[in-house]
Amino acid sequence: MPARSTPVLDLDPATIRRARSLARKVGRPVVRMAKQHTTVSVERATLRMAGLGGADPDGTPWANRLLDTVRGDVGLEHGVCLPVWDALLRGEAGDLAELAGKASVGSVRFRLPEGRDATRAAAAADKAVGVGLRRIDARRRERERLVKRWGDPEQTPWVYLIVATGDIYEDMPQAQQAARAGADVIAVIRSTGQSLLDFVPEGPTREGYAGTYATQENFRLMRAALDESSKELGRYVRLTNYASGLCMPEIATLAGLERLDMMLNDSMYGILFRDINPVRTFVDQRFSRQVHARAGIIINTGEDNYLTTADAVDAAHTVTVSQLLNECFAKEAGLADWQLGLGHAFEIDPDVPDSFRLELAHALLARQLFPKAPLKWMPPTRHMSGDVFRGYLLDGFFNLAGMLTGQGILLVGMMTEAVVTPWLSDRDLALQNVRYVRNAAGGLAEDFHPAPDGLIARRARRVLAESIDLLERILDHAEPDFGAGLLAAIADGTFGLMRRPADGGRGLDGVVRLAPGYVNPARDLLDGAP
Amino acid sequence: MTAPTPAPAQIVRPYGDTTGDGMVQLSFTLPVPHGKLAEGSALQLAGKMGLDPAMVVHAKAMGPDFTFFVVYGRVQHLVDTGQVVVIERDYPLLSPREANLAIRKGLRRRLIVIGGCIGTDAHTVGIDAILNIKGFAGDKGLEYYREIKVVNLGAQVSVPQLVESAREARADAVLVSQVVTQRDAHVLGAKEMSAAFREAYPAEQRPVLVVGGPRFDEQMAAELGVDRVFGRGTTPGEVASFLVHALVTGGQAA
Repeated sequence: MPARSTPVLDLDPATIRRARSLARKVGRPVVRMAKQHTTVSVERATLRMAGLGGADPDGTPWANRLLDTVRGDVGLEHGVCLPVWDALLRGEAGDLAELAGKASVGSVRFRLPEGRDATRAAAAADKAVGVGLRRIDARRRERERLVKRWGDPEQTPWVYLIVATGDIYEDMPQAQQAARAGADVIAVIRSTGQSLLDFVPEGPTREGYAGTYATQENFRLMRAALDESSKELGRYVRLTNYASGLCMPEIATLAGLERLDMMLNDSMYGILFRDINPVRTFVDQRFSRQVHARAGIIINTGEDNYLTTADAVDAAHTVTVSQLLNECFAKEAGLADWQLGLGHAFEIDPDVPDSFRLELAHALLARQLFPKAPLKWMPPTRHMSGDVFRGYLLDGFFNLAGMLTGQGILLVGMMTEAVVTPWLSDRDLALQNVRYVRNAAGGLAEDFHPAPDGLIARRARRVLAESIDLLERILDHAEPDFGAGLLAAIADGTFGLMRRPADGGRGLDGVVRLAPGYVNPARDLLDGAP
Repeated sequence: MTAPTPAPAQIVRPYGDTTGDGMVQLSFTLPVPHGKLAEGSALQLAGKMGLDPAMVVHAKAMGPDFTFFVVYGRVQHLVDTGQVVVIERDYPLLSPREANLAIRKGLRRRLIVIGGCIGTDAHTVGIDAILNIKGFAGDKGLEYYREIKVVNLGAQVSVPQLVESAREARADAVLVSQVVTQRDAHVLGAKEMSAAFREAYPAEQRPVLVVGGPRFDEQMAAELGVDRVFGRGTTPGEVASFLVHALVTGGQAA
């Protein structure tokens, strides 16, 4: 995606370097901590990569059944692979699915192999996981081929539309209609509460609450539907889903296997907004991002969420800090600049004087701090009051700000935000709004040079300065313990006003500290990836 | 307290630009391809809805199978304001100062409020608008009140967790926000919550239960088993005033 490169704000390069180096300093102990732990979801993702899919008659995935049995028998400190492939080598079952079936009825005992047995089990696991990774590689090459054949959208920002009926078979025609109407990216938002499920549902699903469940089969169905649309329209229509919540690593793996193109994946969203344990989140997040990096998936981060709970002017710097941290964790996990859809949003109270100029300042700051990243520009939600007429105007200004500041991905705002799930006509009107602004002012960025000492430039410099202050404050939390800086800051409510202690939150019981001799070929292969 | 005297009954019609002209606008989509037939169909619908005369001022194809319309027209219906039933505020609206003072004098300790979004609901906008110091519509949230201690549990709190936290915090009042309304999730959630508190507490010790959200009907309190329901547009000041009334001055906590 071509990104705007000429800087229009006079920001001190030394200050920008300082902000980045502080972010890296904050991130380093967290990465170290992530490397010292595993989680049930990382281990299940490894099993899935090795080809274990499906669920038992009650709908519990075989990955969960197998993992729980292994954990009960020998614990997870050494990883799931050694005991599982040891059992396969001992001839307990012909393949993973059969082993999972036997394990769930208690007819297999797992052990932790030692010596040559351990070496052989590790080698067998390595081979099986390698097959899965090569499938993900093949899907990436397939995308590259299709993009070459059908082409990228002609213009930026890419138009991003949400579909969510709860029923995958309703979603497919709606998504195809949205693509015909001009959407470049389709996001299928998930059923409310899927974040908090510690398993990935199985098969095609027809009911969800305010969204459709993310399952491997739903991914496959929707990607196939959009491949049809891409062919029909002569441009590659991208598909987005969510790698967040308790199953980030598994969903990232399924997304790679089914050629999804973008995934929501934020470093702190689950902690702050879903009360998921911080350690669990950081461990899961690193693995899922490594998979995204490998799969050629663009991540979308969730900074817009900060502004739905805190004031968009007062908390502007928390967005910048989160973007810097997201960038630092993403780079460490192997993602390239073009894969960083860093998020931000148009959420300033429209009654604040100069609100549009402030929005421009924040959007330009993000554009200039991350010149090569396809920024994800999120529409107003908080000040959409139900007055759909005023909302439509606000969305127009949101679109204008997006064009003017060279945003990469524009999530189309709906005037009925907070009233109903979007109607057919709402989507059509919203796309007309985007098209009008693009036709009328798409090239305005060329003429737009804020005065060097005007309100916009001054505001951007101030937000950057506040971001540096906040990063320093996070580092002040540092204690000898790893991760204490950021984890302690999260614990005392530095972000989004929510206090999330490192030993609280959901999913903590799924976190395991690694023992010497831990084996996980997926992690090794991803760590070694170029 | 005293309910405001009802407004005198009045017969009114919608107002476009002249008293009594009865003009309304509406928009809708029909699953009919754009064309004469579609516009005729729109007029038929408008007529059946009581618009006479009706004008289709805009019709636009949305894909091959649908047409979107904007329609203006005159309605013949009369509105009798004397027949309208609403719940008027039955407690005095207090400023933060007055609320603080009332609590200090009447309760002689801080009033403890616990709040959150229950079930799978992750939309904290509502509860935060009431609890966070930031508040809503220029009205500061309950955290701003010196005599109110706020425990905000945030999103996706389970009902047992809420009961447990309420006990731990020795909460005087429990505020629950429900935004997600699919399949009546907000109603079911509120009922489950009130039932759990009734089970967990002896009647006279149960905290005051308040639910709020944009899709609640304020007349549903009894049905939901709660003490008060707040709908769209409620300000923190109204909630604070109600709590003072229910727990301190009114003495009619359930």
